[in-house]
Amino acid sequence: MLREITYLEALREAMQQVMRQNPNVFLIGEDVAEYGGAFGVSVGMLEEFGKERIINSPISEDALVGVAVGSAVSGMRPVVEIMFSDFMAIAMDEISNQAAKIRYMFGGKATVPMVLRTAGGGGTGAAGQHSQSLEALVAHIPGLKVVMPSSPYDAKGLLIASINDDNPVIFIEHKLLYKNKKYVEHVPEEPYEIPLGKGEIKRGGRDVTIVATSYMVKKSLEVSDQLEIEHGINCEVIDPRTIRPLDTEIILDSLKKTGKLVCVEEACGFGGFMGEVAAWTAQYGFDWLDAPVIRISGRNCPVPYSPVLENEMIPDHSRIKTEILKLFNKS
Amino acid sequence: MVSEKILPVKKAVRKDKNTKEIKYFTVDGHRIENSFNGLDRDIKFEMLRKMYEIRMFEAETEQFIIRGQIHGTCHLYVGEEATAVGAIYAGDKTDYITSTHRGHGHCIAKGADLSLMMAELLGKATGYCKGKGGSMHIADVTSGNLGANGIVGGSIDIATGAALTCKLKKNNKIVLCFFGDGAANRGNFHGALNMASIWDLPVLYICENNQYGMSTSVKEAFNIPKISDRKFSYNIEGLTIDGNNVVEVYNTVKHFAEYVRGGNGPVLIECLTYRWKGHSKSDAQVYRTKEEVRQWVEKDPIERYKKFLLDSGAISEDGCREIEEKAAASIKKSVEFAAGSPFPDPAVVEEDVYAQGNYIS
Repeated sequence: MLREITYLEALREAMQQVMRQNPNVFLIGEDVAEYGGAFGVSVGMLEEFGKERIINSPISEDALVGVAVGSAVSGMRPVVEIMFSDFMAIAMDEISNQAAKIRYMFGGKATVPMVLRTAGGGGTGAAGQHSQSLEALVAHIPGLKVVMPSSPYDAKGLLIASINDDNPVIFIEHKLLYKNKKYVEHVPEEPYEIPLGKGEIKRGGRDVTIVATSYMVKKSLEVSDQLEIEHGINCEVIDPRTIRPLDTEIILDSLKKTGKLVCVEEACGFGGFMGEVAAWTAQYGFDWLDAPVIRISGRNCPVPYSPVLENEMIPDHSRIKTEILKLFNKS
Repeated sequence: MVSEKILPVKKAVRKDKNTKEIKYFTVDGHRIENSFNGLDRDIKFEMLRKMYEIRMFEAETEQFIIRGQIHGTCHLYVGEEATAVGAIYAGDKTDYITSTHRGHGHCIAKGADLSLMMAELLGKATGYCKGKGGSMHIADVTSGNLGANGIVGGSIDIATGAALTCKLKKNNKIVLCFFGDGAANRGNFHGALNMASIWDLPVLYICENNQYGMSTSVKEAFNIPKISDRKFSYNIEGLTIDGNNVVEVYNTVKHFAEYVRGGNGPVLIECLTYRWKGHSKSDAQVYRTKEEVRQWVEKDPIERYKKFLLDSGAISEDGCREIEEKAAASIKKSVEFAAGSPFPDPAVVEEDVYAQGNYIS
């Protein structure tokens, strides 16, 4: 029987396998050593790699990311864990002004091979400062690559590719996927890479193209199954997997088939990343669009605490379903 | 507000009984060997030449600014030459440095090609960064210069990361991290020095206290007499020295370079100095008096070093003049190179954003 593992186990395996191969790779972050990281991704890694390569950092996100930048520019390949993606804001100078720009500002004469792993997304009742989806903030900055895996298989292949990439990569994991038994899947034991900038059709279909990221891929797939059974609507679900660089080709190819585009993201809609997908499609895919592009995004407020409010803020199955049905004049 | 005026740094000199040669100094409570004394004569002269080159490079830069030939801004290092030259010459050639927005001096002292620097300032394709960085982003990673930085304090944690590389790779290198007094109040200063301390990283934090963060005096921005007193927070060594005395800077940095190389953890060295020119190209300097500037100009690091070399009989007036002329010639050459270089092709604007391959939009 093929082994099936969780998203979290896939991430850990990716780091372990790269670290066994490449002595320049190390993990640094708050509570990553004995504790194994706030979500347990690096549990057991201290025992294998020792304190020199699994480094517990003081609570100094700015200096922590800066240290990673400095070590990357001088020949190491750090993986930094920022406990919650919200805390990237603390290190924004290091992310935006340093990591992203060093190569360009130095005329292409430096590389910053580092991965900033961080947990994004809500649904955990952690409220405004521990639940955000900030991918648009980082995807906007030239020089950064931004990766958002939605499955264990992708998590492993994308993380290995990210660590081996010569650019700073912001790798946004979803908290609700880490230990989710519902989404375990077969992940090959040997190391493999999924190229950054290659999306994947997670579900083939002919009636409508759904582009979704991270946990929203899972919700979109589930909604697609319901729409198929209940309404005979055949959805194609595309996961770009990396939002920068973005695989626009896979989106356009799908649009040519379906003529309809629905963008699903967890982040607040205003200024959200799917706005880029919608704008790009409007400009380059206009001839194939039979209907307005539909965006389904987080509501435009901070992530609230109360489960009632949090469910309202983050797109759920019923909202995704309703919006797609509207596109087909059904409700 | 505690520091009404800069405290004089206590010093003592111990000479050899027979030869009268100075064996070591006591600077701010630290016994520092007079390692400068044993330096090869040519290196001592090269240090003078580098100081001249910095002074003259900045003079040319200022002329370009006045004539409107520099597109952006520049921050001139005039008056602070002893700090960059003394410190960088005390490190090994292969050691790393990180620099600041006022970075031309560090770059020149680290051996950068003046022509490539000047071309970069003029935004030419032949510049260090192909015209993409300008004055505040000159770097030469292969020679260990990890770059100037437009963000005040932006290089403090980068230097700390490079020191982590040195420790992990056990390459016996150290990092000289230059930053200004203003940067010492950034949050990442605290984060980085704390990390360097707990992990015993081989980094020298060299604070160039030039008395002003743009217009804000250190007297307004600190409530401690010496910035090096911040060492107490991190349980590391630290001291304040005369940053306009290249011999003192050399000896101190040499002493502590070996200390940090030996795995004893970081050191915070505050170099008292002064920027003669305004903060950047538009600065009416309303925050300081002409008298104050005059007093510091009297402590001209180049004149002091020249006098030191002359008094010690190491060089003649003619010898000094020859060094000055050589420096002037290299600056002239750099200006000619830069002026004669082409601007970048606009088509390259999106190149060098990412390493390898093309960015898929």
